[in-house]
Amino acid sequence: MTLDSKIPSGLLQDKWTSHKFNNKLVNPSNRRKYKIIVVGTGLAGASSAASLAEMGYQVESFCFQDSARRAHSIAAQGGINAAKNYPNDGDSVRRLFYDTIKGGDFRSREANVYRLAEVSNNIIDQCVAQGVPFAREYSGYLDNRSFGGAQVSRTFYARGQTGQQLLLGAYQALMKEVAKNNVFLHPRTEMLDLVVIDGIARGIVVRNLLSGKIESYSADAVVLATGGYGNVFYLSTNAKGCNVTATWRAHKKGAFFANPCYTQIHPTCIPLHGNYQSKLTLMSESLRNDGRVWVPKKIKDTRLPNEIPLQERDYFLERKYPAFGNLVPRDIASRNAKEQCDTHHGVGDTGMAVYLDLKESIAQLGKQVIKDRYGNLLDMYAKITGEDPYQTPMMIYPAAHYTMGGLWVDYNLMSNLPGLFVIGEANFSDHGANRLGASALMQGLADGYFVLPYTMANYLAGVKPAGEEIIHRSEFKDAEIQVSDKIKRLLSVKGKTTVDEFHRELGHLLWNKCGMARNEKGLKEALNKIPEIRERFWKDVCVLGSNDDFNQALERAGRVADFLEFSELLCFDALHRQESCGGHFREEFQTPEGEALRRDDLFSYVAAWQFNSLGQSPTLHKEELKFEETHLAQRNYK
Amino acid sequence: MSKKINLTLKVWRQKNCKTPGAFETYQAREIDTAMSFLEMLDFVNEMLTHEGRDPITFDHDCREGICGSCGAVVNGQPHGPLRGTTLCQLHMRHFKDGQTLVVEPWRAKAFPINKDLSVERSSFDRVMVAGGFISVKTGQAPEAHAIPVPKEAADNAMDAAQCIGCGACVAACPNGSAMLFVGSKVSHLNLLAQGAPEKKTRVLHMVHQMDHEGFGNCSNSYECEAACPKQISVSHIAFMNKEYRQASIP
Repeated sequence: MTLDSKIPSGLLQDKWTSHKFNNKLVNPSNRRKYKIIVVGTGLAGASSAASLAEMGYQVESFCFQDSARRAHSIAAQGGINAAKNYPNDGDSVRRLFYDTIKGGDFRSREANVYRLAEVSNNIIDQCVAQGVPFAREYSGYLDNRSFGGAQVSRTFYARGQTGQQLLLGAYQALMKEVAKNNVFLHPRTEMLDLVVIDGIARGIVVRNLLSGKIESYSADAVVLATGGYGNVFYLSTNAKGCNVTATWRAHKKGAFFANPCYTQIHPTCIPLHGNYQSKLTLMSESLRNDGRVWVPKKIKDTRLPNEIPLQERDYFLERKYPAFGNLVPRDIASRNAKEQCDTHHGVGDTGMAVYLDLKESIAQLGKQVIKDRYGNLLDMYAKITGEDPYQTPMMIYPAAHYTMGGLWVDYNLMSNLPGLFVIGEANFSDHGANRLGASALMQGLADGYFVLPYTMANYLAGVKPAGEEIIHRSEFKDAEIQVSDKIKRLLSVKGKTTVDEFHRELGHLLWNKCGMARNEKGLKEALNKIPEIRERFWKDVCVLGSNDDFNQALERAGRVADFLEFSELLCFDALHRQESCGGHFREEFQTPEGEALRRDDLFSYVAAWQFNSLGQSPTLHKEELKFEETHLAQRNYK
Repeated sequence: MSKKINLTLKVWRQKNCKTPGAFETYQAREIDTAMSFLEMLDFVNEMLTHEGRDPITFDHDCREGICGSCGAVVNGQPHGPLRGTTLCQLHMRHFKDGQTLVVEPWRAKAFPINKDLSVERSSFDRVMVAGGFISVKTGQAPEAHAIPVPKEAADNAMDAAQCIGCGACVAACPNGSAMLFVGSKVSHLNLLAQGAPEKKTRVLHMVHQMDHEGFGNCSNSYECEAACPKQISVSHIAFMNKEYRQASIP
């Protein structure tokens, strides 16, 4: 089959406008007859559920957290981009579009990215009207800052809690619709399967996490806004609950998974400190503006950092990249830190960290200036590590942070399964092989507020309301039985190894073989090892308790079981993509400077994978990427 | 450098809100002081699982102090002894070798127990449904700069908007009052020009729902502010009372 991305014809800047005009509409009085399921209540999920409900559709909203307000969008720190050009410094929709395409290393769709840039301004308007307390100047107008190396100041922010404030805005919009009975909320409810009838997505099977009850919900359309799969690495900056279950189970029901190998590793996180560690915490990379990164020249040097004289330190980024020094792009900084630790120059208890030293900036600028710039961050660092970053060099290490891959969607954000829409981090669409800072929030809200409401109408206008009867179709019962059987199997193994022990083992394997740098040998080793771990999991996992209870180990077991399947696809995709681009770095394909070497002649396509069966290779469907407005260029940081 | 300590934990175990609960005692040995409190609980849970005993249920998610999922009363203090810190950001270096820690769920009428340390906080959501929003629909918004907001108002609104909805304020209050939670939201939205059209109905409806849920009233103990991981000021309660008074007078 050929993948139809349904990109409208016409000039790039006219595509979205003409597409909206050409879309079919649903009469306001008929909207009430359609029911839409939205899974996930992060920025994309909450904003779409609220917007669709405002239009008059019946919306059922699901999340596994105890409240819709807790989805992990809340943890985003930096800000949200928009092409408002308030600072009058030369920004425009076209510039935001171009920066995003280039930042994604030319592996995203031009039309999608242009639309994203186009609606970015509406997002700011909407959020301000909702009461999002963005930072303001004394004039009362909005403040902007530059972020992630952008040459213009286009980032709007609310202190270091932009994600929290945007999410609360979307959550409050959702609560307003709950008040009107337009949205029905299902907190502490986890989607465990997608129900497909005659090739069309018709509903979901869920488990109530408090009672264990398995239930089905039918709808005219299902929207997955279930986030990324960064927790496949076990340790990541994601929340503990983040998982691949909803998208993976939809994939097993026929939805194509695109570009899973595009994972983003963030260079400046607080390093891990022991086997018991449960997650990693991000430190804004702006710290590299004033910090120098170094390791001891001596192998396995156990001296305290302040005891190591200058001539015995290796400022490896400055040495290897004299032009950019400590400000090299994320991927290069990450890979070099890993290289130092792999060759036993790493520091700290585990040897898996490098120093980020503010000492010289403090001496030059004074402690107060550094405090004004990074006070909150340095306080958080001190809280977690117990060390004073003003006195002793900080320790940092890269961590899995965001996943650009996800379920394949067309221009309408619909998957290859009619009726199944995928938005936010859960889809693959807008960031290509690498996401720019402050663009995740933008994409989540663009999809939810300003894209899906239009494309959903176009889809629903072409289908008759399914009605309540459809829930009695055997496909629902079959899916419920499958879900229940899987839970029974998990509980009946009664082995000796805990769920977390398996998850840690898988994460460790992937981090080493399919993390910051990948090669053919390592990926093949991982592909041999994953089925072995999976087999052991089903023979030896220990899940206590029962299904008809609040059972957190059982929840985790189901998610880890899915990661044990999904990780094979991740490695398979990484093995197949014999080039380096953005977050996917294959050691075999690099420039002499160590920069990612793209192979546009061979790999300028989206890899959308079709599930066959476990243990059997997936089928590749290619969507060729056409660049009409941008010129493909090698990223150059010399 | 981290070190290892041994602790005695007395943890509240309760199957659900209909079954009586009790404290159970566990020895938490070789606890690395670099662990967070929740990682210590993970560690104990792994130990319990290997022994075939039911692990302790506790809510958690982001583990960065922002999602508001986690929380327990540690030795009488919600989120433990460190000011301005959620339980997930509290690290074990703040405890001493040999110490006994009593770990309980939030105790409040409006927060029934789900299991062990997990409580049901949907009452907070219902208070929000009553009026914790600005009724602007997608697409209705004017240009963002159409309504300037004085920096001071925006900063004050942001101070209040930081609330993570964890419920520590309720757990700390001798009356089980939610007035810091509700006051924060009333302040956040009523301080902004965008929130002005609904300011009267907002405060009246939210306070009404708060009372209906079984939360108590404020008697100025200020325990809420002391327990708040975001250190939100009790002045927002005073602001809410003022707004309520003004909205109540026809």
